[in-house]
Amino acid sequence: MFDISPTEWTAIQLSLRVATVATLVATPLGIGVAWLLARRDFWGKPVVDALIHLPLVLPPVVTGYLLLLTFGRRGLIGTWLADHLGIVFAFRWTGAALACGIMSFPLLVRPIRLSIEAVDRRLEQAAGTLGAAPWRVFLTITLPLALPGVLAGMVLGFAKAIGEFGATITFVSNIPGETQTISSAIYSLIQTPDGDTAALRLVVVSIVIAMSSMIASEWFARRALRRLHGN
Amino acid sequence: MLRVDVSKQLGEFSLQVTFASEGPITGLFGASGAGKTSLINMIAGLLRPDRGAIAIDTETLDDTAARVHVPAYRRRIGYVFQDARLFPHLDVRANLDYGRRMNRLADDAAQRVRVTDLLDIGSLLNRRPGQLSGGERQRVALGRALLAQPRLLLLDEPLGSLDEERKVEILPYLVRLRDEAGVPMVYVSHDAGEMRQLATSIVMLKRGRVTAFGGTEVLPAVASY
Repeated sequence: MFDISPTEWTAIQLSLRVATVATLVATPLGIGVAWLLARRDFWGKPVVDALIHLPLVLPPVVTGYLLLLTFGRRGLIGTWLADHLGIVFAFRWTGAALACGIMSFPLLVRPIRLSIEAVDRRLEQAAGTLGAAPWRVFLTITLPLALPGVLAGMVLGFAKAIGEFGATITFVSNIPGETQTISSAIYSLIQTPDGDTAALRLVVVSIVIAMSSMIASEWFARRALRRLHGN
Repeated sequence: MLRVDVSKQLGEFSLQVTFASEGPITGLFGASGAGKTSLINMIAGLLRPDRGAIAIDTETLDDTAARVHVPAYRRRIGYVFQDARLFPHLDVRANLDYGRRMNRLADDAAQRVRVTDLLDIGSLLNRRPGQLSGGERQRVALGRALLAQPRLLLLDEPLGSLDEERKVEILPYLVRLRDEAGVPMVYVSHDAGEMRQLATSIVMLKRGRVTAFGGTEVLPAVASY
């Protein structure tokens, strides 16, 4: 039962790589967006807010198809990126990372935004009177104090990215070794005769990954809290 | 020389204040709701006046007619808040060093020792704000503001959140600060007793207007109101 085959290993490794890259690229972006939503009022803010949350409420297949239309080989942005920067998303693992990043973005942003909103603005003011320019206030006060939320957002985003299925399979298909993640591998296996045991193995692997990321996030959050309360 | 001539509307409340004063300690005296905190927030640059000007010596910090507003972080005005506002994620040492780092000042060990000695906080350096008593927190906040080398120090009821015993503990430090630190201060309080002990000139505020200006003799006879 626990004899994991090379194809399954490939899918596991690919899932981890896709989710890690998606989370690492999305995090700085997510912190920026969360800060804007938490601390700035600007024209069109409700639209930006809705747009970010859209992947959460749209059918994933719609998001995947929209990605195909924009970032696909003949898509507007896809063509430009391929011609000018040599970056191709369509049917590549990078495309899976893009789909996962977009699908997990709302889950990543939300805890970060909440924790930035919870940072006492009076501390930011105090930092200003001590000579800190706004961007240094952000780096030395706001961000460190919001760190538990950033970590929580990263873990949630990572977990969502690992489990993403609909948008990914629509955008980059289900190519073993390139775009076949754990989810799409399980999907293929349960449609294959005698695939049940292999599917179950991958199910166990997903549970292990999900559990360990939850435990890790809890551990980080506790550490960060201890740091903040100064004990 | 601090020159203030500002007006500001805050909801129903209107603040219209004009005064000029020279250190060591200018006392801003008045009951709560007189506009003391709004006024020093304007001096600090945390609040913009609707109309008017604020200047220290020859440098204009605010001048609405000339559209000048120097942001708080470029004013070099220290601020000790009633609630200390120490950074909870930094230990006392890092809190004290914060202003020096942000202003890119050279490390001055002699100055650091002088300030920590003056305030008796040398033994607290490795602690976190969460492990300090109210009085200790306020002394660290004073040290933090001083070590940023401000040209003016604003103190907003720094004893306001402390009980009588702690007030008695901190007052001598403020007197020492006045006599030894060489930084002009604006001291906000509604306690006439504190004012008598500390201030060298008094600006009396009532409902957003200056009602008296002069030496400590303008203070009411009763201890506080």
